[in-house]
Amino acid sequence: MSSIAPEFRLSRFVASLTDLIFWVIVIFTLIGLPIVFILLFYIKLPVIDDKLLTPYLALTWLADPSRTLPIIKSLMHTDFFRITTFPGFGFAALLAAGTIYIERKFLAKMQLRVGPLYCGKIEGILQLMGDGLKLISKEIIIPAKADKPIFWVAPLLFVGTAAAFISLIPVAPGWVVADLDVGLLAVFAVIGFFPIITILSSWSANSKFPFIGGIRALHQMVSFEIPLILSLLGIVILTGTLNLTEIVESQQHYWWIIFMPIGAIVFFTTILAELERIPFDLPEAESEIVAGWLTEFSGMMYGLVQLGSYLKLYAFAALFTILFLGGWNGPMIWPPFPQEIITEGIKMGPITMHVPGLPLLDQEMLNGTLWFTIKTIGVILVILLPRGVFPRIRIDLLLHTGWYKLIGLSFVNIFIALALVYAGVLGPGGLIQ
Amino acid sequence: MITPLPPGIQLEKVDDRIMTLNVGPQHPGSGHMRLIIKVDGDYIVSCDPDPGYVHRGEEKMAEYRNYIQNIPHLERPVIHDSCNILYPYCLAVEDLLGLEVPERAKYIRVIASELNRCVYTLYWLAIYGIFLGHSTMFMWPVGDREFCIDLLEAMSGARVTHAYFVPGGVRNDLPANFEERCLRQIDYFEKRLKQYEDIFYQNPVLKQRTEGTGVLSRMDAIRLGTTGSVLRSAGVDFDVRKKEPYDVYDNLDFQTQVLKEGDSYARSRVPYLDMLESCRIIKDALKKMPKSGSVRTKLKPNPKGGNDEVYRRVESGRGSLGMYVVSDGKPEPYRVKISVGSFRNLICMPYLLKGEKLGNMPAVYWSLNYWPVEADR
Repeated sequence: MSSIAPEFRLSRFVASLTDLIFWVIVIFTLIGLPIVFILLFYIKLPVIDDKLLTPYLALTWLADPSRTLPIIKSLMHTDFFRITTFPGFGFAALLAAGTIYIERKFLAKMQLRVGPLYCGKIEGILQLMGDGLKLISKEIIIPAKADKPIFWVAPLLFVGTAAAFISLIPVAPGWVVADLDVGLLAVFAVIGFFPIITILSSWSANSKFPFIGGIRALHQMVSFEIPLILSLLGIVILTGTLNLTEIVESQQHYWWIIFMPIGAIVFFTTILAELERIPFDLPEAESEIVAGWLTEFSGMMYGLVQLGSYLKLYAFAALFTILFLGGWNGPMIWPPFPQEIITEGIKMGPITMHVPGLPLLDQEMLNGTLWFTIKTIGVILVILLPRGVFPRIRIDLLLHTGWYKLIGLSFVNIFIALALVYAGVLGPGGLIQ
Repeated sequence: MITPLPPGIQLEKVDDRIMTLNVGPQHPGSGHMRLIIKVDGDYIVSCDPDPGYVHRGEEKMAEYRNYIQNIPHLERPVIHDSCNILYPYCLAVEDLLGLEVPERAKYIRVIASELNRCVYTLYWLAIYGIFLGHSTMFMWPVGDREFCIDLLEAMSGARVTHAYFVPGGVRNDLPANFEERCLRQIDYFEKRLKQYEDIFYQNPVLKQRTEGTGVLSRMDAIRLGTTGSVLRSAGVDFDVRKKEPYDVYDNLDFQTQVLKEGDSYARSRVPYLDMLESCRIIKDALKKMPKSGSVRTKLKPNPKGGNDEVYRRVESGRGSLGMYVVSDGKPEPYRVKISVGSFRNLICMPYLLKGEKLGNMPAVYWSLNYWPVEADR
């Protein structure tokens, strides 16, 4: 019979956990801490106790732990933190990594397999890290006749564009990298870059299969961008704004998916096509054109494109959450911060420790982030689901779906939105507020 | 930078609209062969199959080994269907040497052959699924294949290359409790086949994609000399098991599966329906099989045939599979010619792919039930 998973033993589980913790501590002290101190020299540090914090003064937290939290708190409100960690690249990359793991396990369960199992000892949670190391250690091969500068830069551009997309996503009230008044328009502008990058990379590879894949991707993305934009027009009509934060705030009492289910369905389908996921994975159709426009990428260049596509997946799922599922809105389930810790300090036996700077994050933000994450992961799971059920569609059927069915449906959606506005049910001065 | 041509050499004039694609042998959608495809935009202008990458000279090798030694290497061309490729050889050698096969061995052969047909067809179906981008349809058949393989392992001792059939019967008797186990697993297998119907054959996207693509008409199917599922999907009722029954197939209760459409969908559906029929045949054979008795007629050491030639054929997973064995009175056969269904079905690929879209290429190619290794022999 096939190989069988090792029997679960608590002792083995605990041993592997302590193993993991040990290595995390070792790596953090040897690599993480030096990086933190190097970074401190480049960040504009805050004023604490009427003194501008210098990197040397920042080191005083080693002697005086009560200074730690104020320093961290002030760091968390810098642009650097927002772009790199939350709600920017780090948060998105973490969710994307989680997505890859969930996708593998989820698909494996659908297909009566076990999925990644051995790497990391606990259900293969380190599989992704192993794959990353493998990709980094692989040789990067560039085709001899490729247009080298463009070929090199295409994966970087892909990740960069995906990161630009992420920077427009508001995760919690006030937590967004770029809060633009034309947020939705900026999203469309960023999405418009993807087909250009795809066709550039496929053309510059100077190879037949990437060329066909790139042309397919161009057809697919361009013809699905129109229904994508049209399906979101209904929301703009009803809210009267393009700002994503304001769109989320307009959904405090009801979600737009209730009034515009057709728009949500059209938008979801176009997401699948824009992300090149099954059943719309024609640009990467393995049995027809090897790996489509990714054929000539090797090593970490391929890894970057994969990272970019999963960041894109997170960004689209987050956009769906923001536009149709009410973003961070949800009942307050995060427990309030215990006030006595601020007033009386933490009691540990005979010692009472006063910790200034608490709470680090307010309750509303944490609750909003929690709801946003739950909803986004839900949407991601629904995006992953067709992969186990559908075969690949053909290009003519795909274009037919895009131009005839989805555009028609999105116009129907716009008319529904207009009817709701003119009937005075929704929108400015409507019955439901 | 263009290198100047040496004098006296002329390049072939190529239409600028036409692009030549080499699909294979290092292409995930080709198998051990190459398709030279010319495309105009998304349409295939011409397709030129180029088999022969795995030619191993099995027929020539057979001339240097005696009748028993030939068994393990003659099954190599299609190890997933090893019982069915040894079947005609054993039938032919039995005719040459004048051997009688015990009744029980005949039934065991039928059971093993039908189980092996399921193993092959599941493997084929798995690849058909992944060719169309349906990854669940790749994993499910490959997993369910284990059940049939386990049964064959219990019968023969080997998981894939069984070498179970020998001239004069089968190599060894069934293990204890085999019938019970076989019936239980066949019941489960039939349940699983119904789930395939739901997730794959009734899938709207699959139907949209494969219905009406690569249509082979009834007359073309006959004219091109196709066999097996390709012929039956075009509306021709031809099954060697019915038309030239060998061993005990005339005693068993089963039907030939014939569809009329002749498109990729029908071609992919006929082997699936055949698997359901195989389950019926196995159940019936288990019921009618003598419960005890000899399973092998003893051979003389180093048997010699007379000056004679025999051609026998069986219905394999890919259509009729024939063996032509010529003897000149020596212990080794003078000539063994294997006539395989794969190669005969390959011939309709250029006809079917002309004018199709490039996206239909895998659907049409693999629906022909073509096994490159067997075709090259």
